Amino acid sequence: MDWVLFVTQILNGLQLGVLLFLLASGLTLIFGIMDFVNLAHGSLYMIGAYFCGTFTDITDSFFYGIILAIPATAVVGVIVEIIIIRRLYSQDHLDHVLATFGLILCFDALVHFAWGPEGMAIPLPAILDGQIEILPDIVFPTFRLLIITTGLTLAIILYLVITRTRSGMLIRAGASNRTMIGALGIDIKTLFTLVFGAGAAMAGLAGMMISPITEASIGMGNDIIIVAFVVIIIGGIGSVKGAFIAAILVGFIDTMGRSFLDTFLKLLLSAESAETAAPALSAMLIYILMATILIFRPQGLFPPRGR
Amino acid sequence: MEKATRFTLRVKITVVIFLVLFFLPIYTGLTDNGFYLDLVNRLMILAIAAASLNLILGHGGMISFGHAAYLGIGAYCVGIPAYYGVDNGPLQIFLAVAASGIFALITGAICLRTKGVYFIMITMAFTQMVFFGFVSVEEYGGDDGLVIDTRSNFGSFINIEDNINLYYFILISLIICLFLIHKITKSRFGLVIEGSRSNEQRMRSIGFDTYRYRLICYVIAGCICGYAGALLGNFTNFISPEMMDWAASGELIFMVILGGTGSLLGPVFGAAAFVILEEWLSSLTLYWHFIFGALLIMVVLFARGGISGIVTYLGNRKQ
Amino acid sequence: MTPILKITSLCKQFGGITATNNIDLNINEGEIHAVIGPNGAGKTTLISQLSGDLKADKGAILFQGDLITNMPSNKRSLLGIARTFQITSLMLDMSTLDNVALAVQAHSGHSYRFWQDARQDNQLIEPALYVLKQVGLLGRKDIITRELSHGEHRQLEIAMALATQPKLLLLDEPMAGMGGEETQKLIAIFKKLKTGKTMILIEHDMNAVFSLADQITVMVYGEIIATGSPKEIRANQKVKAAYLGDEELQTC
Repeated sequence: MDWVLFVTQILNGLQLGVLLFLLASGLTLIFGIMDFVNLAHGSLYMIGAYFCGTFTDITDSFFYGIILAIPATAVVGVIVEIIIIRRLYSQDHLDHVLATFGLILCFDALVHFAWGPEGMAIPLPAILDGQIEILPDIVFPTFRLLIITTGLTLAIILYLVITRTRSGMLIRAGASNRTMIGALGIDIKTLFTLVFGAGAAMAGLAGMMISPITEASIGMGNDIIIVAFVVIIIGGIGSVKGAFIAAILVGFIDTMGRSFLDTFLKLLLSAESAETAAPALSAMLIYILMATILIFRPQGLFPPRGR
Repeated sequence: MEKATRFTLRVKITVVIFLVLFFLPIYTGLTDNGFYLDLVNRLMILAIAAASLNLILGHGGMISFGHAAYLGIGAYCVGIPAYYGVDNGPLQIFLAVAASGIFALITGAICLRTKGVYFIMITMAFTQMVFFGFVSVEEYGGDDGLVIDTRSNFGSFINIEDNINLYYFILISLIICLFLIHKITKSRFGLVIEGSRSNEQRMRSIGFDTYRYRLICYVIAGCICGYAGALLGNFTNFISPEMMDWAASGELIFMVILGGTGSLLGPVFGAAAFVILEEWLSSLTLYWHFIFGALLIMVVLFARGGISGIVTYLGNRKQ
Repeated sequence: MTPILKITSLCKQFGGITATNNIDLNINEGEIHAVIGPNGAGKTTLISQLSGDLKADKGAILFQGDLITNMPSNKRSLLGIARTFQITSLMLDMSTLDNVALAVQAHSGHSYRFWQDARQDNQLIEPALYVLKQVGLLGRKDIITRELSHGEHRQLEIAMALATQPKLLLLDEPMAGMGGEETQKLIAIFKKLKTGKTMILIEHDMNAVFSLADQITVMVYGEIIATGSPKEIRANQKVKAAYLGDEELQTC
């Protein structure tokens, strides 16, 4: 086994995991509190990336770009919530799915209109554009390391907000028992809008952090959003803790599968059939993981109580 | 009385539609306009797929956001044998239906243990799994897809290399599939499915093993859609993973809702509206997806009966 | 006489709350056995455990000598146990006749029949119409269930239970929310049904209970405090104490 590659891939898995967590935590909270299925969550991820690109262009600084793009994405989320999403809460899940599918089409077309069909590359500042030797012989891109630390920091902050503050308590109460919030006499409308805006900001941030690596492109949110769904299904819909554990798990398994499955399969199969089977199997690995977990726990690993 | 009026209007519309479909090739032959024939071919194939989705979504209340998987599986069951030079039509069709049925059985057995949002997302995830599976198999073209050189060979029965023959083959398939679905929904089995949508707990307490009935229904819908996929592969002469992109599944749901879930012809109206809108809007502007998305949101917010609901409404108003 | 239903030390807990605690009860064939008690006494939980909608934590249920403790509800229904729900549970977007016909269908073989039109099937329709007539809903057979009145919903609940031709009928507050006249009608129906069917009746309407029941069991806080004939129950001191002010019992 190549240890340098192994450690690098562990870090890559962690990086994918924290990005997934940023997406999934918003999704799972929005579902837990508002019973709302938001397919268009990935569009906010895309919008975040494009905003970041434009602001980076204008200010000539990636940091200012991110600082401006986060509130801008949150505002987009809030506006969408007020104009459309809010009217859908009382309707059934089929309506949620259809309307947010419509939203995806709208967002993709708007981005196409505003930024053109080409992807948008976002340049990194020089200090982030290098590599760091984290262990002897193991170098890792600085920026990816920053993604991991930012993601983990945010996860801790989110954990503290949810467990230690009053609004966090409300959110937790709401996620496990929806009628509670009404009974507590909270302004539900505002709480919903805020949670949606916060979810949008986190999704947007995930998009901003990935775009210097992959560049911002139309439809970039549509594939990762399904992986985020897989994450919240495994974690248990409504549970932030579940989303975190599942995100890291999915991040690891996906990355590890892609890099080591062929080596592993060669132990069992002929080299030739391993070469053919490994890519297909590794692409399907996380879905197989999801199916296996669901067979034993139809509600996911951490189903919220009281529902 | 009310029922009779609606019935006759429905029947009239049905007869007119199928008459138009039946004579269309003669018109396009005379005017030498193959474009419309292609459009209607696509429309009819999508109508079969949408009708099969309506069986589980409309009648059974199972909101599958992954129905396009069967279109893809069906198409690959034509394409992969053809790639190896096997063009035996009945065999390809059998493969398409059987593979779809098996996929539906395995995934359905897991999905149907869950409810509501879980069901929606899991059906979506499984389809994405198949999508990525085919994307990463380089042998069959991966991302780029695969050209099908020869259409299914039905020997002396019918030669669908000829476009007019293919058209009638698809039309007759549509009629048979609609008839089958009609029979199923009216049968004892169909009644159980409808009851399970309405109140599953009560259905269990009066003695039905609802899980099994719903699973069988899920498999039947998968098989029919797999058949539609085999037709699609033949029609386009090309297969690619994009056929089972999750947007394709969303479009199928859109057709079902646009047409109205409650009726047999709803999915046909829905598919027609979808295909025509797509053609028309994309000729108007590059950003037609925006209008499309906005329309979808409007339908959800304001017109939940779909086109079929409008027909019912007109039928009721006329008397 | 061996009892048709034999319950031994049946328990159910929800979180920390004990809903049923060591219930022992025998129900004899052909009797109407009423279960009464204040709200939250665990009566509905008991019914749900008997019907299979809730799993028992502990204990055993024997129906006609068969152990059914872990059997799912659909299988119990096929053995001949039917229940009505306290909170109406119907197929609301189907017609009255459809609801009952489905109940008939559930007990006439498997439903993997894909071809024949079920709504023209006399094997389903005739028994369904017969039951609808029994409960007085024949005139409403084509109405979508959602549009029926509350009283009619209760009647339909009973019709569906009857259509499964049960040997044991579990009635969870069938008279709840009904007017005096409708209640009288239901009492008459149950009296007529009494031959050949065993019934467990949960009811707050003491009038109905004392005019129907052969045996009465009183539950408080998940436990049985008394079982006996209506006369014995009326005379029981523990029961009187449990019903604070016990006016309800004296007025009957």
